[in-house]
Amino acid sequence: MSQFALEITGLKKIYGSDVIALKGIDLTVTEGDFFALLGPNGAGKSSTIGIIGSLVNKTAGTVKIFGIDTDLDFPEAKRLLGVVSQEINFSQFEKVLDIVVTQAGFYGIPASEANPKAEKVLRRLGLWDKRDSQARTLSGGYKRRLMIAKALIHDPKLLILDEPTAGVDIELRREMWDFLKEINAKGTTIILTTHYLEEAEQLCKNIAIIDHGELVENTSMKDLLSRLDVQGFVLDLDQPLESAPTIQGFNMTLEDPNTINVAISKNQSINELFVQLSELNIQVNSMRNESNRLEEMFIEMVKKEQT
Amino acid sequence: MSRKKEIFIALVTLTNKEIRRYLRIWVQTLVPPAVTMSLYFVIFGTLIGPRIGSMDGLDYIQFMIPGLIMMSVITNSYSNVVSSFYSVKFQKSIDELLVSPMPNWAILLGFILGGVSRGVLIGCIVFCVSLFFYPAFTVINPVLTILVLFLTAILFSLMGFLNAVFADSFDDISIIPTFVLTPLIYLGGVFYSINMLPEFWRNISLANPMLYVVNTFREGMLGVSDVSIPMALSMIVLFIVILAATSLHLLNKGTGIRQ
Repeated sequence: MSQFALEITGLKKIYGSDVIALKGIDLTVTEGDFFALLGPNGAGKSSTIGIIGSLVNKTAGTVKIFGIDTDLDFPEAKRLLGVVSQEINFSQFEKVLDIVVTQAGFYGIPASEANPKAEKVLRRLGLWDKRDSQARTLSGGYKRRLMIAKALIHDPKLLILDEPTAGVDIELRREMWDFLKEINAKGTTIILTTHYLEEAEQLCKNIAIIDHGELVENTSMKDLLSRLDVQGFVLDLDQPLESAPTIQGFNMTLEDPNTINVAISKNQSINELFVQLSELNIQVNSMRNESNRLEEMFIEMVKKEQT
Repeated sequence: MSRKKEIFIALVTLTNKEIRRYLRIWVQTLVPPAVTMSLYFVIFGTLIGPRIGSMDGLDYIQFMIPGLIMMSVITNSYSNVVSSFYSVKFQKSIDELLVSPMPNWAILLGFILGGVSRGVLIGCIVFCVSLFFYPAFTVINPVLTILVLFLTAILFSLMGFLNAVFADSFDDISIIPTFVLTPLIYLGGVFYSINMLPEFWRNISLANPMLYVVNTFREGMLGVSDVSIPMALSMIVLFIVILAATSLHLLNKGTGIRQ
């Protein structure tokens, strides 16, 4: 079997006669990876995922899942694949357990095997107590969990999640992160799209960025973040200031009397900044990133692409 | 596990899901045909029927029973598939099937079996209701009756499927049943023999496909028909083959379900 969980070559998608969603992307995801596929709205992420999952017809190109060409044996490739779509896509009037067991049935798993598997996955996702509830009565977060349970019922080796935590509160989101880390550690390759870049930074080892139907970046998370030239920090002060202090080499602005924003480039030392602030008798209570590091990088890359 | 067995399990799962769907809402799906047909039997069979007299040598209520059963089978098998398949498109739960390894023919067959089961079940319910109003009813040719019952349910389930494939809104799934199916059924010999009509309208009626379905069923139940049975059966089978091939082609292309 191929070392790649996913190999995409020259993938094109044109909607109608002139809306070009994908301009021929090439992408590989290694087995066991936790991979982020990022891009602004309308960049082509969902089209890519749709084509991989057989929800969208491709215009050209090839897709291989663990070396199996989807044009030659899509059913076999689908057995290895689990897809969590962006939109809720189960019957809202069915019971939670029925939805998961029925999904297993579509993969040829008999109910006698599907029931214990469903119990296991529903318990792990905290849905077992709601197994007899109609899906429409679940909260948004539980519906997202149900989507994941459904996608995992046939034990896929590659799991693709299209914005799985959209609209989910932070507590539930972190629980979901733990769960995804756990199944990745057990060997499931995961591809994730998300608008929460903190999520991608926390979870993913490798990353690709799509914009306007083209792959603008495909590298490791570590490598990408190391390319960040300037980072913005927010310093919360002990005493209020009337104006931003002037420290040579550091660009500082006063956000409010108790808060300073400072931009620190890659070759500058944060220690140096604190030494200088101490000399000016400015006491810093806490410090945090102005925005997520990946977010800064992402905005920079997308801007570059647009110009 | 072999692929054949996997496909069989998937097909049974989809069919069960379809059956569960209409049984869950039995007040909307199973009760109304029984109530409506009871009203037809009371008004046209018991009250007005005796004044009409005999039709093709039979009591009017007796003549009407096969037509009303067929009317119920046609509308229920059609509406089951059109509403179910359009709903899975609308709710996007069609994705559950598309991401699975189920072949398209098994998806089509699952929905059709759901429609056929409802059509046949309703047919049996209406037949039981008719026995309250005409207990002496006996079926002349049970084999032909059952054959036509199933063929009709398959044919109209396929029509419902095609309607749902092309439907973009809930309006689209009610237009054809309201403006095409219902008039054709009413004018297709459910309540009268076309031999009563002037020659011009009789000839026009021969172009109505419902006439063949209703009359073949009536031949099976009562032994009377306005049309040639071998020709009618051949037409029904031919239409089933054409519609099944078209439905499968559209599913393979992804019409209405894949962008």
